[in-house]
Amino acid sequence: MIPVAFDYEVAESVDHAIQLLGQHGEDAKLIAGGHSLIPIMRLRLAAPSVLIDLDRLEDLRYVRDEGEHLAIGALTRHRDVHNNELVQEHCGIVGYTAGLLGDPSVQHRGTIGGTLAHGDPAGDMPAVIAALEGTLVVQGPNGERTVSASDFFQDYLFTDLEPDEVVKEVRVPKLGPDTGWSYKKFSRRSQDWAIVGVAAVVEKSNGNIDSARIGLTSMGSTPIRASAVEEALSGASPDGVAEAANSADEGTEPATDDAASAEFRKHLARVWTRRAVEEALNR
Amino acid sequence: MGGGVPRKEDPNLVTGRANWTDNIKLPGMLHFALLRSPFAHAKVTNLDVSGALEQPGVVAAFTGEDLADEWPGGVVCAATVTDDQKTPFHPPIVTDEVKYMGDVVAVVVATDRYKAQDALEFVEVDYEPLDVVVDMETALEEGAPLVHEDLGTNECFSMPMEVGDVDDAFNRADVVVKEHYIQQRLIPNAIEPRATVALQDPGHDGYVVYTATQVPHLAKIVLSLSTGIPENQIRVVAPDVGGGFGSKLNVYREEILALVLTKKLGVPIKWVEDRSENYQATIHGRGQIQDIELAATNEGRILGMKVKLLDDMGAYLQLLTPVIAPSGAAMYPGVYTFDAFSIEIKGVFTNLTPTDAYRGAGRPEAAYACERIIDALARELDMDPAEVRRKNFYEPFDEPTDTPGGLQYDSMNMQAAMDRVMELADYEGLRREQQQRRENNDPVQLGIGFSAYTEICGLGPSQALAGLGIGGGGWEAANVRMLITGKVEVATGTSPHGQGHETTWSQITADALGVTPDDVVVLHGDTAVVPFGRDTYGSRSLAVGGIAVHLACEKVVDKAKKLAAHMLEAAEDDIEFEGGTFSVAGSPDQNVTIQDVGAAAYMAADVPEGMEPGLNEQMIFDPPNFTFPFGAHICVMEVDTETGKAYVRDYFAVDDCGPVINPTIVDGQLHGGLAQGIAQALYEGAIYDEDGNLMTGSMVDYMIPGAPELPNFTLDRTVTPSPSNPLGVKGVGEAGTIGAPPAVINAIIDALSPYGVKHMDMPALPMRVWNAIQDAQGNGAASGEYDAAFGSREADVRQEGRSEDQ
Ligand SMILES: Cc1cc2nc3c(=O)[nH]c(=O)nc-3n(C[C@H](O)[C@H](O)[C@H](O)COP(=O)(O)OP(=O)(O)OC[C@H]3O[C@@H](n4cnc5c(N)ncnc54)[C@H](O)[C@@H]3O)c2cc1C
Repeated sequence: MIPVAFDYEVAESVDHAIQLLGQHGEDAKLIAGGHSLIPIMRLRLAAPSVLIDLDRLEDLRYVRDEGEHLAIGALTRHRDVHNNELVQEHCGIVGYTAGLLGDPSVQHRGTIGGTLAHGDPAGDMPAVIAALEGTLVVQGPNGERTVSASDFFQDYLFTDLEPDEVVKEVRVPKLGPDTGWSYKKFSRRSQDWAIVGVAAVVEKSNGNIDSARIGLTSMGSTPIRASAVEEALSGASPDGVAEAANSADEGTEPATDDAASAEFRKHLARVWTRRAVEEALNR
Repeated sequence: MGGGVPRKEDPNLVTGRANWTDNIKLPGMLHFALLRSPFAHAKVTNLDVSGALEQPGVVAAFTGEDLADEWPGGVVCAATVTDDQKTPFHPPIVTDEVKYMGDVVAVVVATDRYKAQDALEFVEVDYEPLDVVVDMETALEEGAPLVHEDLGTNECFSMPMEVGDVDDAFNRADVVVKEHYIQQRLIPNAIEPRATVALQDPGHDGYVVYTATQVPHLAKIVLSLSTGIPENQIRVVAPDVGGGFGSKLNVYREEILALVLTKKLGVPIKWVEDRSENYQATIHGRGQIQDIELAATNEGRILGMKVKLLDDMGAYLQLLTPVIAPSGAAMYPGVYTFDAFSIEIKGVFTNLTPTDAYRGAGRPEAAYACERIIDALARELDMDPAEVRRKNFYEPFDEPTDTPGGLQYDSMNMQAAMDRVMELADYEGLRREQQQRRENNDPVQLGIGFSAYTEICGLGPSQALAGLGIGGGGWEAANVRMLITGKVEVATGTSPHGQGHETTWSQITADALGVTPDDVVVLHGDTAVVPFGRDTYGSRSLAVGGIAVHLACEKVVDKAKKLAAHMLEAAEDDIEFEGGTFSVAGSPDQNVTIQDVGAAAYMAADVPEGMEPGLNEQMIFDPPNFTFPFGAHICVMEVDTETGKAYVRDYFAVDDCGPVINPTIVDGQLHGGLAQGIAQALYEGAIYDEDGNLMTGSMVDYMIPGAPELPNFTLDRTVTPSPSNPLGVKGVGEAGTIGAPPAVINAIIDALSPYGVKHMDMPALPMRVWNAIQDAQGNGAASGEYDAAFGSREADVRQEGRSEDQ
């Protein structure tokens, strides 16, 4: 519970952070809310020699309406995302999910950029952003680029981010009145990591399903889209949900650990996908 | 007494002004960190601490060999339960072999804890791994790896006990039910981890040890036995202590080390446990395998009970390790009266963290086995579980009554508790709702689970404790003094660490002396300040220590009355005492307050012939018998049959701890106890892999429930005074932890009985519940895979399916 000694630098701007990353090289780590990084440092599973603190970059805390989509600054804390009116009105699933990450103290420190950059497939927000087909804006020494959620998450705790890049913003689509959503999280304790999570975003027309996008938490080394379910639901009636959900585990490779076996996770993914889509249809 | 006076302790605790051991900072103080073994069993083939000595801030580093002369007694075990019990030497730092993950190989002392921790990485150590034994049944097999080679066996002790003719009872029985239960290992999580500061007492030749302990008095003795430092040169202080649940009813290697290091280095020494160490190196609780059989008639009358128990000692014996199971042995018959009972307990060494007392210590295990098997009997006979229980209750009694376990229960009225809890829960209504859900094939089923328990508190009558193998000495001391200014000091030998003794003892004193609770200050936990006492554990404090306070107050009043009579120039028999004022019977105007009497007693200018000055009385109370609180609980579970998630919807508890002095504190103890009991049933459990690695090494993996996992408890009480003490009080610290686990598990089995589920192990986490449904439904092929995944990790604590054999 006592981390290895490290140096500490405060980034005054995104450019400054990138410069510091270049200067200190591989052993440097960015820190935002610290609620993923510090726990693993305390267990000595990570031992960066320098921490570069982004937490004072107030200009990266915002939610903006940009017409088609909402832009959320990377340093926006989970609690502020949860309480934000634009988020609640146009992309409720993001606000809802931000409100069930860990406990209140986690939500008051942790940031949306941090949880995505960490790339933990057990994190709730990655699957939600994947189901929304959101994008991330990242900046490095050569300027800015955008990357889609599906390209961003590459492997367990591994993303498309270069060592000298910073996540600046997350963009999520504004959902219309005919779009229902649900994020269902199955965990042993309510403030725990998900054993399985299912994000469902469902376009409805005349009581039927137009299309659906399903993101799965903890079902592989990255957040996963349940494409077999998405296909089966395309144009389906509500009666078809149960059967479609039965293929939720297709193509998944969940881990076996003390919380759940891979088989149990697959079973839960099927049940939870059914319940998530049903909930989305009613929202 | 009887009022919900707000706790005196709380303002300091909730505003951060408590005096934790870790807050103590002394000039020149050094800190130590321990190099702990990553192996469960290994030879240390090479050890060199010189590299650590070169690190910044490091002052000293020692191996076990360097310090071996400092601890002739090692870590002390104070319990001997059989003449041939095997008690291995337990060194604070090992010299040649580590025996569990977390065992200590070296110590580094530095100017701060961070530097000490960093320097550990420069200690050179090589291990040669040895064969590991993690489960008790394997440990007892011929040819199993030995935890202690020199003992020649992993069996620590074997203790049989029989009351009545058990064979005859089983021969006469219409039905016999057999069950197999597992008490998983639990990791105590006091909110304050362990911490110790030791220093040489500057004033004289001796040492002061500040330590986060439940047992300062025991620690004083035990530290002396460990180190050979004379007992009268050791002063132990328990400052504010943040919970213990039994885990601080011990004297650990780190406390010995702090004392030895301050002796060697001359400066104050501090050690504060981190949470990872808490999980590996503070004692664990439970860790038992229970085989139980019940013989009964077709009408549901119990004739006899047989129990076979394996109790996991872990790698060494801590202070009371071997006595935990024996101390609960006599409680297996619970609230049921019958003639024949036998139990055989084997203590077993494994390469795991030592076990010891954890909230309830022996009694939750007993109540669990008894309350589970009585449900099994009800299922076998197709009777309502409430009905079977009622058939076997004692008729209400208020005088000591013999039990199948060979004890004498003090007083009991189970019928009243059972009636009340069934009314409170609307039992009939719940059964109707359950029926409806069953008929509708609701994916979320309802389960109703009972537990009717009694437990043994008020440790204890000295003679009885001697019989248990812990020497005796179960009394408690109190010193009550009215000061010259009319304020009162109560010095108690109990050592509270969250229970609210300052409040409760103030209430007892205020009532007896006719002062207000705010006039009273309670002193505790400092062996230089309070009379020698026996500390706090086993729900003993009120029923023994509180009584000592009450009796000392009576002595104060008796003496004050004599002096009042003298001051009022009346006969002592004519003096009445009411609300803090002594007056002459028939002429209330002739009076004097107890404060005035106190002042006069100290001045001693005019006291009756032969009276000692002062109002300062000491009392030691050694109870004639234990106390036996009891209660009836109903747990209402919702079980999602599609996911295996089991959730406590409602919990009704009617507990009888005799007359209540502070209802808020009693309710608080029940809430906490129920939470811990529900935690064992549904969430918590230490998991080791087959190499003895602790897989649940942090709060991420070890499932301590939070508020969202717990229901709103519905509490009520009945009041059956104990004849064991003059206030009739029984104790309530462990009641919830004892009553809850069987109620929860019985409720889950009840919910799933339409699916054919008859058995459930703890903790009933979703995958286990879901597996049980699959197994019962014959979806074995699928679930076999789940079991392999989860079960292999729990080889030591699971024996799936055995109970289905019957
Ligand atoms: C007790 C507890 C419970 C939790 N429960 C949950 C839960 O149920 N569900 C869940 O999803 N999460 C949970 N979390 C994690 C929480 O959501 C974290 O706050 C979040 O994952 C990380 O955000 P952060 O700002 O704290 O990141 P940090 O810990 O500061 O950083 C995490 C990683 O991301 C990098 N990073 C951070 N910001 C940026 C950036 N702008 N650009 C580039 N790289 C960056 C860091 O270098 C680091 O590698 C829990 C955490 C705790 C402590």
